[in-house]
Amino acid sequence: MARTRTRARLRTSAIVASAGALLAVTGCGAADMTKQASPFAAPADIRTVTLSVQSWVGAQANVAVAQKILEDELGYRVDLVQTDEVPAWDALSQGRVDAILEDWGHPDQEQLYVKDKKTIVPGGDLGVTGHIGWYVPEYWADEHPDVTDWKNLDKYADELRTAESGDKGQLMDGSPSYVTNDKALVKNLDLDYKVVFAGSEAAQITQMQQFAKEKKPFLSYWYQPQWLFNEVPMVEVKLPGYSDTCAAKDPADIDCAYPTTPLQKYLNADFSKRGGDAAAFLKKFKWSEKDQNEVSELIASERLTPDEAAARWIEKHPATWKKWLDR
Amino acid sequence: MATAQATTRTASGPPGSGPLGLLRDRPALGKILLLLVIAAVAVPFAHARWGGGLWPGALTVDLSGPLGDVNDWIIGNRDSHPLFLYFFGHISNAVVLSVRGVYLALLALGWAGVTAVAALVAWRTAGWRLALTAGLSFLVCGLLGMWVPTMQTLALMTVAVLTSVVLGLLLGLAAGLSDRTFRVLRPVLDTMQVLPAFAYLLPVVLVFGIGVPGAVLATVVYAAPPMARLTALGLRGADAGVMEAVASLGATGRQRLFSARLPLARKELLLGLNQTIMMALSMAVIASVIGAGGLGDRVYQALSSVDVGAALAAGIPIVLLAVVLDRTTEAAGRKAGTEPTGPWALRGVRGWGLAALIAAAVAVVGRFTGGRVWPEGGIVAIAEPVNTAKDWMVDHLYTGIPVIGGTADWAAHFTNWVLNPLRSGLQGLPWWGVLLIVAALAWTIGTWRTALTAVLAVAAIGVLGVWDLSMDTLSQVIAAVAVTLVLGFGIAVGAARSRRLERLLRPVLDVFQTMPQFVYLIPVVALFGVGRAPAAAAAVVYALPAVVRITTQGLRGVDPAAMECARSLGATSGQQLRQVQIPLARPALLLAVNQGVVLVLAVVIIGGLVGSGALGYEVVFGLAQGDLATGLVAGAAIVCLGLMLDRVTQPTARRQRKES
Repeated sequence: MARTRTRARLRTSAIVASAGALLAVTGCGAADMTKQASPFAAPADIRTVTLSVQSWVGAQANVAVAQKILEDELGYRVDLVQTDEVPAWDALSQGRVDAILEDWGHPDQEQLYVKDKKTIVPGGDLGVTGHIGWYVPEYWADEHPDVTDWKNLDKYADELRTAESGDKGQLMDGSPSYVTNDKALVKNLDLDYKVVFAGSEAAQITQMQQFAKEKKPFLSYWYQPQWLFNEVPMVEVKLPGYSDTCAAKDPADIDCAYPTTPLQKYLNADFSKRGGDAAAFLKKFKWSEKDQNEVSELIASERLTPDEAAARWIEKHPATWKKWLDR
Repeated sequence: MATAQATTRTASGPPGSGPLGLLRDRPALGKILLLLVIAAVAVPFAHARWGGGLWPGALTVDLSGPLGDVNDWIIGNRDSHPLFLYFFGHISNAVVLSVRGVYLALLALGWAGVTAVAALVAWRTAGWRLALTAGLSFLVCGLLGMWVPTMQTLALMTVAVLTSVVLGLLLGLAAGLSDRTFRVLRPVLDTMQVLPAFAYLLPVVLVFGIGVPGAVLATVVYAAPPMARLTALGLRGADAGVMEAVASLGATGRQRLFSARLPLARKELLLGLNQTIMMALSMAVIASVIGAGGLGDRVYQALSSVDVGAALAAGIPIVLLAVVLDRTTEAAGRKAGTEPTGPWALRGVRGWGLAALIAAAVAVVGRFTGGRVWPEGGIVAIAEPVNTAKDWMVDHLYTGIPVIGGTADWAAHFTNWVLNPLRSGLQGLPWWGVLLIVAALAWTIGTWRTALTAVLAVAAIGVLGVWDLSMDTLSQVIAAVAVTLVLGFGIAVGAARSRRLERLLRPVLDVFQTMPQFVYLIPVVALFGVGRAPAAAAAVVYALPAVVRITTQGLRGVDPAAMECARSLGATSGQQLRQVQIPLARPALLLAVNQGVVLVLAVVIIGGLVGSGALGYEVVFGLAQGDLATGLVAGAAIVCLGLMLDRVTQPTARRQRKES
């Protein structure tokens, strides 16, 4: 009996002590989870910007150049957070990151955060137009020109068989974070193919390089702009034409090609208002596909660090980026 | 593998007298018979009611609706609901503040100071040899250009490990002092330990958002169980005689705890600390998927641009940290309770004081001469040579090697001849058949309790509605475990016979075991293409060290008298191995199988990132799309699968302890 009481007292005092410590550390009252900077951010007297980086290299290129200019020209410290697209929207709304520089279209998120909650504001065009599609390597398309129409794809299913796709042809998809209708497309167009998810862009690129090295045929979900086109030239396969009515269908019923999307920037609403030079600069940041590919290829193919790649591009194209700094 | 063991167990052994004697001598046979009787009654009924094949739709519960609602509720209320404002918000703040505090302190010490502190702590706890290793390790981190990420990881780890230790100590105290708490807590801790870390990142992200708070908390959940378990073990194992003596001196409960029980459990506590640090380090890398920053983030970013060299440059500091922390805490555990040695001036407090003085001096000198951050000029770029080496290997090994074929051909064969038949076999089995097999395996190896847990876990997978995917994942685990065991046992037999081979293997195993799993993913894709084969290959590489270690130790630990006896009877070395060493090392072998299974599962899941599909892909998908329903259901199925696999391979040691 006495022992239980001691133990209970011990436990209570432990709980009280830890709760007290927690309060002492954090201060009483409400703790706003949207107002927490990264613990690795620079001290308060230094102005910081946190940018979100997605896994594909194009996104790294945008961020690298923006970071370099923010640091060298405007005197900010830049923190990078690596996340997938949807969590990045979430983080942007919470203020964990200040900007997304390349968004491929997320209507659900836009509705929720931009229109309903108003925690995110559009930051304008990136200047790059994105397009998703099905691609085959040029060396293969040259031999079989009719492969570039979806109606003839079934003829080639045998050639595209792999251990993973079994007795069907393999249509390789990439990261699960990417926008894709491929499963629905294969079903609705009644193709003799199986969608095999590479699981990450890194895995997909590695596999495509490997195929290209052996001049083997492949069919892959892929997108433009992308630096890999310079290394492995690819041709798009024509899918049934895109239309808004088709895109509005239930995701499982979609049976047409992907749209062509002008890529967008988004800023945290608060940052957009109070971000000063940095916010103004990020809103003006706008370059071409060629520019982006130039930096991307330096990063991914030449294996420069994003920082070095950005430095090289900045040195070569002052006319382009000086405009972003005009007030 | 497990099937083979079960059958050999029932088929060998001395014959009993008559059918009853047979059952008494071989309880496993009795269990199987009983199970068959149950099956004979239940299966026709189940088959008539729900049919065979895949798990019947009537018995599933669709959780996507309610989980989707939870998802929306959290997002809708995260900025305003009191639960977040007054509870999670404070936790999150506290984590951010403390990580920041440690990080700034590390930066303030400067690279010279941190290196000196590491070396001196290692010197006081483990001697000058380790001090040298520790100092060199930190210098290498700087040389690789990873100083700042290393400090970030260290800051995150410090907070996570301290929290885990406090939490683990509290839980362990409760379990160590009260039998009831112990009984309740044990299965919980068991379960937490077989959870693949990847599976529960999603709910953490949803509540805390991406970034450090979520990462630290996920790490704490992962790393606290070993501390709690070992604390409880240490407290319960306190010498009864000593406790009696202390009680008779009239000590109160609290005095007994602090003056006798805790000091007596010092070894276990330090082992717990060691385990907690190791788990926290491996989690710190996986948590980079949710934005933890530090070294893990560097590995993860390098992988997205297919840069194995850069991934390795960030992976090496992780390995070095692991080696230093492991050896230091291990040495502290070994020294615990022994008399201090060495010159008088260096004993106890005086030694530590001296160490602190030296560290402070080095830090100050470092600040005045070098500055805080590692000098930019002092960086050795290893990424490029590593990438060149990788490219060469891929160019020459991928395909077209005469006779043996290239790695791509092996991968295709492995997929076609092993993975595909296994998968169709498992998916083709009637669902009640799977339940029966699991029950039979778990029961013959363990107790009816373990069998029940295993069967319920499999049933839960069916109820969750991911039967098909889970059988796919299971087939990958079984195939990878089989390969791991064949290789692991082979290497272990060699290592058990030759000390030199064991010494050569040790650093290799250390590196493989501590290298973050992510680092393996891209090289295996380069070698084996996209799909299930590379995931299996990565799993084998990751699980092999543990299997080799445990098996070698088991084989070595066989009673020398028994070996001597066998030799004197003229047994050849093959006979010694088959008839003496392996049977006697059986518990160790089973433990190796068990560890192999748990580790392989963890990597096969991450294999979702390189195209292994199934449950791993669903978790990745859930994380990437913020889709709680998909991710959480897959995560729960993985947990069930892990639980089942653990129970089915549960070594007999625990049962024997209970029986004796």
